[in-house]
Amino acid sequence: MRHFVRAVILAALVLAAGVHAGSAQDRPQAAQDEFVPVSELPQTEQLPAAPLVIAAYSVFWLLPFVYLWTLQRRMAAVDRELSDLRQRLGGARDH
Amino acid sequence: MASTPNLQLPTPDTRGPTATGGTARLGVGVWALGIAIGALLFVMTPRMIALAPYESTMGLVQKIFYYHAPSGITMFLSAFVAGIAGLLYIFKRQPRYDRMCLAASELTVLFGAMVLITGPLWARKAWGVWWDWDARLTSSLLLWMMFVACLLVRRYGGPGGERLGAAIAAFGMVNVPFVYVSVNIWRTLHPKTTVVPSLAPGMRGVFWICTLGFVVLYTLLLTTRARLERQRAMAEDLHLALEERSTQS
Repeated sequence: MRHFVRAVILAALVLAAGVHAGSAQDRPQAAQDEFVPVSELPQTEQLPAAPLVIAAYSVFWLLPFVYLWTLQRRMAAVDRELSDLRQRLGGARDH
Repeated sequence: MASTPNLQLPTPDTRGPTATGGTARLGVGVWALGIAIGALLFVMTPRMIALAPYESTMGLVQKIFYYHAPSGITMFLSAFVAGIAGLLYIFKRQPRYDRMCLAASELTVLFGAMVLITGPLWARKAWGVWWDWDARLTSSLLLWMMFVACLLVRRYGGPGGERLGAAIAAFGMVNVPFVYVSVNIWRTLHPKTTVVPSLAPGMRGVFWICTLGFVVLYTLLLTTRARLERQRAMAEDLHLALEERSTQS
């Protein structure tokens, strides 16, 4: 019986410790033990997000416009070729 | 008895109203629509994105999502269009399906490039690395490479390259569902597919407007690219007609 009571108390303590640790993880860690300068943060946390967002946004500007420009050039080239061919065929018809 | 050569010259009217003389350049309507979409995508949506709520753990960098995910959806859509057009070309052998397959493959590469460039920009901040060889990223890269291969085969494959390109596009299409569900099946750093349906109201509207803008942009580019192929086909027909004439005379 004594063993059972001990086991129950031990389980309750372990459970309580787990719950406490879980609730502590949910809260943001306050600087209680030491103050850490921002320059000593991991590199991922130091990296500013704005340049990355601007770079991504520039990609969405740039790629479709470059593609549209190449498309326009290709269409203009085919247009020239078609007019040239029609002229030549018109000349051939006259002969 | 020698067969009589067909002297019927291809006329622009046989290829539809867009192929009439001097209209190979982008039409006014297409430009107007392009400007409207440009205004929607590049002027209005950034404001909406700026006003959308910040995600709790990623903050500002999560806003790349509003362009990254819609370009991914458009890439998937384009892969489906290319694959279906490729299958139709393989079975029916009609040149219009081949032209559509080529146009959609090219756009899959374009939108895929957007996904593959913007993803690492987001990942660098969110995960601390530019790239990770996990299931979603690797399968997306493979999908993109399949469509690059499709374009290379079309360009340098010689005779029969169209059919081979169509088959590659069909394989690329089959890959799309695997890329989509990869985040749910394998352990990966990439957000799961449940992210989009569970978006907060402030994020949801912005996301779907961006997606709509991308799909409209895609449709516009697809029709323009397919038109270019029609013009090229017409030029080839005219070259053949000219050769026949010179042979006959």
